[in-house]
Amino acid sequence: MGIRFVVLVNKQGQTRLAQYYCDHMTVSERRALEAEIVRKCLARTDHQCSFVEHRNYKIVYRRYASLFFLVGVDNDENELAILEFIHLLVETLDRHFGNVCELDIMLHLEKAHFILEEMVMNGCIVETNKSSILAPIQLMDKAS
Amino acid sequence: MNPFSSGTRLRDMIRAIRACKTAAEERAVVRKECAAIRAAISENDQDYRHRNLAKLMFIHMLGYPTHFGQMECLKLIASAGFPEKRIGYLGLMLLLDERQEVLMLVTNSLKQDLNHSNQYIVGLALCALGNICSAEMARDLAPEVERLLHGRDPNIKKKAALCSIRIIRKVPDLAENFMGPAASLLKEKHHGVLIAGVQLCTDLCKANTDALEYLRKNCTEGLVRILKDVSNSPYAPEYDIAGITDPFLHIRVLRLMRMLGQEDADSSEYMNDILAQVATKTESNKNVGNAILYECVETIMGIEATSGLRVLAINILGRFLSNRDNNIRYVALNMLMKAITVDAQAVQRHRTTILECVKDSDASIRKRALELVFLLVNDGNVKPLAKELIDYLEVSDQEFKGDLTAKICSIVEKFSQEKLWYIDQMFKVLSLAGNYVKDDVWHALIVVISNAPDLQGYSVRSLYRALQTSYEQESLVRVAVWCIGEYGEMLVNNVGVLEVEEPMTVTESDAVDAVELALKRHSSDMTTRAMSLIALLKLSSRFTPTSERIKEIVTQHKGSVALELQQRSIEFNSIIQRHQNIKWVTDLLVVNNIARHPLKILVVESMHLLLGCWCMCRSSLVERMPVLDEAAYLGKRAGSSQPTLSAEKSSKPTTSAASLKLPNGVAKPPAAPLVDLLDLSSDDAPVLPSAPNDFLNDLLGIGLPNSSSSGAAPSTTTDLLMDLLSIGTSPAQNGPSDSNVVPSSAKAAESKPAPVTAPVMDLLDGLPSNASPPRDENLVYPTITAFESSTLKIAFSFEKQPEKPQVTLISATFTNLSSSTLTNFIFQAAVPKFVQLHLDPASSSTLPANGNGTITQSLRVTNTQHGQKPLAMRVRMAYKFNDEDKLEQGQISNFPPGL
Repeated sequence: MGIRFVVLVNKQGQTRLAQYYCDHMTVSERRALEAEIVRKCLARTDHQCSFVEHRNYKIVYRRYASLFFLVGVDNDENELAILEFIHLLVETLDRHFGNVCELDIMLHLEKAHFILEEMVMNGCIVETNKSSILAPIQLMDKAS
Repeated sequence: MNPFSSGTRLRDMIRAIRACKTAAEERAVVRKECAAIRAAISENDQDYRHRNLAKLMFIHMLGYPTHFGQMECLKLIASAGFPEKRIGYLGLMLLLDERQEVLMLVTNSLKQDLNHSNQYIVGLALCALGNICSAEMARDLAPEVERLLHGRDPNIKKKAALCSIRIIRKVPDLAENFMGPAASLLKEKHHGVLIAGVQLCTDLCKANTDALEYLRKNCTEGLVRILKDVSNSPYAPEYDIAGITDPFLHIRVLRLMRMLGQEDADSSEYMNDILAQVATKTESNKNVGNAILYECVETIMGIEATSGLRVLAINILGRFLSNRDNNIRYVALNMLMKAITVDAQAVQRHRTTILECVKDSDASIRKRALELVFLLVNDGNVKPLAKELIDYLEVSDQEFKGDLTAKICSIVEKFSQEKLWYIDQMFKVLSLAGNYVKDDVWHALIVVISNAPDLQGYSVRSLYRALQTSYEQESLVRVAVWCIGEYGEMLVNNVGVLEVEEPMTVTESDAVDAVELALKRHSSDMTTRAMSLIALLKLSSRFTPTSERIKEIVTQHKGSVALELQQRSIEFNSIIQRHQNIKWVTDLLVVNNIARHPLKILVVESMHLLLGCWCMCRSSLVERMPVLDEAAYLGKRAGSSQPTLSAEKSSKPTTSAASLKLPNGVAKPPAAPLVDLLDLSSDDAPVLPSAPNDFLNDLLGIGLPNSSSSGAAPSTTTDLLMDLLSIGTSPAQNGPSDSNVVPSSAKAAESKPAPVTAPVMDLLDGLPSNASPPRDENLVYPTITAFESSTLKIAFSFEKQPEKPQVTLISATFTNLSSSTLTNFIFQAAVPKFVQLHLDPASSSTLPANGNGTITQSLRVTNTQHGQKPLAMRVRMAYKFNDEDKLEQGQISNFPPGL
């Protein structure tokens, strides 16, 4: 399946977006998991590698300004590809919001989710073409 | 109108939440918002439904419960407009928590939307279904999804393909329906459809072997073509990432190839060329290129590739491993783990680099490297590798030590060819990181030491030496204490010195010192303290001169709040005390044997057995543990995850059952403490299930030679014994109680005095009274030295009856330490107001010189505030010393607690 969750947190460790693709996770479990991985990832320095093993996940993370993108994947997933995927996600958000920042994602949480939804479905990558990803969202923006 | 329902805007709520300075403030804001949303829901507010759901999503993200919003999602999904549906589906995917009844409700809406004319609405429904569907929904909606796979719109096809993955995962039986459509998806041109199709095929291969065969036959060619197209494609701006066209498709195709080519020479051969092309042509100066190379190498390792291709892959790995980017090094280590099954030799070549990675500052890399090293170890290189790792253990981070220690221990255990090496390495680990060593590891070490008689002396000496520097390492202390207890005399007498050892001299009291220090340093750890007490008990019989001191140390724990320690202390104390008396009774027996009175013979016979019990019990207690069955122990460790627990459970019933079946039930009580002792803290050392039986045999074996002088048959003796003591029939005695054996059997004997046994009872009664052992029903307090000066020493011993806890009988013993006699000796005592004191007359008023005699005097003290205030006393002694009147005074405040 590949991707288990995508979590965006800021430097203070506050969750800014969270999407899970695995079953059986209660709210408190998610909260605990987020707290644990945030503590692990945020403590790491720049020159350390971008992969952290936690429980039975591998977390691939990347930092963009004040935002950390944490992607939990299965153990046999290609970590480097996920790193590239994070970058693609950021570029796509960038193209939509125009120089995306933490506040954009907070205030337009549903848009960010829509974009993610067009890229990942049930933990698998659906689409990598930025124009195709954004087409339905732009269409909806125009309509409203 | 409800004052809450107007609500705030989403933006305002987010701002309010962000402005919160504490978690409590945030909770208050969220609570208020949730109340407003609830109110809006109950009023069925149409206008703000959309906004409320957006708020709920935000609140959910923060980790607050939002289940009450689930029904709102369903209402939004059921509405006609696209924006409502959109947010409704999103809410459904986010807020849903496996509540099947809500899912059932949504099935119908989904079905309608899957058949909708608007492609975006169909896409929405597919996406939701793909993310959340349950097995029932999968069965219900699979035909719709299958139909959509055959559609024309690529955006719907790709989502339908991914939706099928979820369906197959939930209901694997449906896989065959999707085999055909999946294969045809690979003929598409649209990248989105291709990547989804490839992923669907990968999942189908995992789901069942039929699908794997089918796809192998029909898709290998197509896959190779896709990979060729995508890697040779000219610049395609919409899919380009750092100069490579759609690396994600590359990677997914390579992954599917790995599944198809696994253990299949034909398809592997077909893939060889394109894999070689990808492996050589892909640029490795960017992350994207490396991602593809990484996947490609993994595929080459996974399929039946040609040896040339394998060499290519191994070379890429080597390049990765020497890369300075930590990410690349990490994946290289990851890959080497997989490569080791294919080409162990090639991986071994990188051993030094991998060992360097174990010492990296990055925890992720260290962990990977350590796991890899673990796989690299073989009989040939275990020694240098273990040395490296143990050396590193000294300087490694605290949080890494746990992992590292576990791995070192398992390497050392797994590959030890000689016991000496194993023991040496384990000692090193114990002294460096004893606190991280798991219980089963040091248990195994003890088993090995007990099985290696020629190394026991060396072990105990090394441990003693290690103990001097590493008292803080818990497991080291435990193993050392155990060994000193078992092999203390080898430590002192330098038995079995190996060539490599440095000579050292340890005296008996040094050994006791070591154990005592362990007892002091690890005052909070029950197991260590209990083990130390046992070790001391054993030492008391090996090092007779120290036995008084050991008794003192053991006595200190009589007041321990931990029941286990208190019990052990009291039991051991009486065992040590009785030690000497046994000899006396044995002597007596010899005398009795000579006088062959018919009745006496019977009596003596049973006495033999009784003593046999006791001697056996005592000697079993203080002698070395029976050698532990190494193979059985290791087998048990490997066999079950909770070995000791299950052994406990299974051994307990069998032991009691065995003793019930045998006529000689009396053997059970001695067996119980033996088991108890073997079993250290009841889950440490393994219990040998056969121990009680063996013990019984031993017991009879010991008892019989003695009784043979009477010529009586063994069976009658044992029966007689059982009758005498009526222990075998009493279930209370057979229970797994850990009560002190001898007092209890003596008690049982006392309570049922058969006429014929009267002399025996006299003898037995004589034994405790001579030895003045603590009776179970009397509370026991240690004797204290109340006062000591250059001329005079006063010792107090205490007695108390349980029914009168306030009253203490003190017998004071006065000893003259000087060289001339004291006359006109008068002892006076004063007590605080809450204590009443009654002084009996002294036995004499003259104290002979040099301790050649004593005066005793009893005091009866009643502490009216018993339990609240401790006893205290002032004393004054007046006497004539060399015809001079002398006066000495003192205060006694070292009364044992509880008086």
